[in-house]
Amino acid sequence: MDASVLTLFMSELTSGRIRIVDLTETLTPEFPTIVLPPEFGQAWPFRLEEISRYDERGPAWYWNNFSCSEHTGTHFDAPAHWVSGKDQPDNTVDTIPIEAFIASACVIDCSAQARDNPDFLLTIDGVRAWEAAHGRIPARSWVLMRTDWSKRAKPVDYLNMRDDGAHSPGPDADVVPWLIRERDVHGFGTESVGTDAGQAQHLDPPYPCHYYMHGNNRYGLQCLTNLDRLPATGAVIFSAPLKIRKGSGSPLRVLALTPSVATPATRDATN
Amino acid sequence: MKQRSTPPANQPPSSSSSTVRLSPPGKKNPVARTRQPTLPPTPRSRRALGLTRAAALGRFELQVCPACDTVQYPPREVCGACLSHELRWQSVNAEGVLLASTTLHHSNDLYFRERLPWRVGTVHMDAGPSVVTHVHQDCADGARVRLTLRLDRSGQAVMIALPEKDTPHMADDPVLRETSCDPKFRRVLITDGKSAAGQALAIALLQAGASTIFLGDPQPWRHNAAYASLLQDERIQAVTLDVTDTDSVQRVAASLGGKVEILINTADLEREGGVMSARDVNVARDALDINVLGLMRLAQHFGPALCARAADETRNAVAWVNILSIYAQMNLPARGMWSASKAAALSLSQCLRTEMRSAGIRVINVFPGPLDHEWEQRTPPPRVTPQALAQAVVRGLKQGTEDVYVGDVAQEFCERLAENSKALERELGA
Repeated sequence: MDASVLTLFMSELTSGRIRIVDLTETLTPEFPTIVLPPEFGQAWPFRLEEISRYDERGPAWYWNNFSCSEHTGTHFDAPAHWVSGKDQPDNTVDTIPIEAFIASACVIDCSAQARDNPDFLLTIDGVRAWEAAHGRIPARSWVLMRTDWSKRAKPVDYLNMRDDGAHSPGPDADVVPWLIRERDVHGFGTESVGTDAGQAQHLDPPYPCHYYMHGNNRYGLQCLTNLDRLPATGAVIFSAPLKIRKGSGSPLRVLALTPSVATPATRDATN
Repeated sequence: MKQRSTPPANQPPSSSSSTVRLSPPGKKNPVARTRQPTLPPTPRSRRALGLTRAAALGRFELQVCPACDTVQYPPREVCGACLSHELRWQSVNAEGVLLASTTLHHSNDLYFRERLPWRVGTVHMDAGPSVVTHVHQDCADGARVRLTLRLDRSGQAVMIALPEKDTPHMADDPVLRETSCDPKFRRVLITDGKSAAGQALAIALLQAGASTIFLGDPQPWRHNAAYASLLQDERIQAVTLDVTDTDSVQRVAASLGGKVEILINTADLEREGGVMSARDVNVARDALDINVLGLMRLAQHFGPALCARAADETRNAVAWVNILSIYAQMNLPARGMWSASKAAALSLSQCLRTEMRSAGIRVINVFPGPLDHEWEQRTPPPRVTPQALAQAVVRGLKQGTEDVYVGDVAQEFCERLAENSKALERELGA
């Protein structure tokens, strides 16, 4: 590769013609983690304990200990996360090829449907309708399901728990294998607490996004935010998880690079 | 000498009068200095701590000589009648006659100076001894009285003569109010209001006259019909509080620390399972985080606020209540990890008790048998209902005890622990 490509890239970046969008939620103790029946093992929420803050515990320095699960906050799901992906090669965060951490993204806007129906499921027809407007999903591209779920008040409206469990949007059981088989997608990303819908336990198979994506060595991103600031196509996602030995996933900072001309109305205030 | 101004209605007369009902305290002047706590005299002989043990349990016990049946007072090494050295602490008849009383208008002791006038008297007990005692204002000289052993603000036992029969508003008597932790007109924080125990406590404390209940909610996203219904009562306020989140505890303490006179820690993670049968230490860490470190976080952030307000004149902070379990005292292997976390919480609370004693805040540990709630579904009866637990806590607060055992299982557990702890250990594992 000609070094001038990277020079050009940096020039475009510093001039603001490439915009950086942060797709990451801030890690806070209040940020919800997925809710499972209490008799199962539970994911730790984010917790912070101060080590010192320019005080008798450390006069000139400030630092914290933190704890959380691999699946807390905005996080990456490795194929080993699901039983269907347990025998895939390079299926944990430390062995996934690093090329997988940079990929383009197709953003399917389901915000209108999810606003009226918290149980909205993305279908094959829904994806085809998006392709009719934006073109065919290229191979090895993330499919990010924009629902504006990240704008909901946390934790109550975001988890949206009712007497029969959580209600949040996700993909249906047919679209996931179709995206893999017919479009060879890189992975699936959502704004809600998991890549599957809140009621995905009742789909066949249960949790189809986890089941099929990880069973085919594909990846997941969830608790994303700012998807409304991405173009439908053309964004590039940087999503490198922590290098945890045999890790099933990890919280991470997800950044998107987008051409600034694509969405001038939502130009990042930091640029 | 600067004296606290005392409303004339509270002046104890030299003989007796009826207790004046307490009025709800007014709002505190937000720029007034908060008076700092003082304590009554603390030193006691080791023998006299037998009285403290009885008072901490809400019992009335004196030494009795097994050789000649003489009831002893004050506590001593050998029988005052026959010199036998095998004196035993046991329940005795607490009734007697108030021979005489006097009202002190002067004291060199800081604690009493701030609370003058103070009534003391001599009671001749039916059981034999004559004792010098604090005297409730409803007792008449020459009348029959009941003696009670109470813990004072220094955590030591004192005798109080009470009228033979209950009188109206007798708990409002200043001497009783000093030794009890009565919830009347006090504001209470219940850390987990979504637990069955927390909800029963909220109701019982309101019935006991608490003015405000701050009802903690560790999981605002989880709907709980009983919790929502409690919030219909305007005296109950929801507070988002997760004891595993230091930031949450700190924020709530910063806003409510000055408004809580009684803190009841109901936060608990109860799970089945022992040591080797557990696949990992995750549940153990969660249990320790809630049951032990949660207590520590609460103590670090609310403790100083309570201690600073232990002598607050409008409403003084009085008590810290830990809902533990009888299995804090010996491990129940079927819930081995949970028992261990409760044992750790008990140990920590003993440390907290000592730290808070210097301010006169009472730490009350509650030891129920198995509770009648979701996580004891497979435990055969008898189980302690949340209502029974709540009533026991209210009784403990009113009496100002330190250790509250609730239910038949807990009572029997104590007896067997004292009788043969090794047998109990074997039986719990059977």
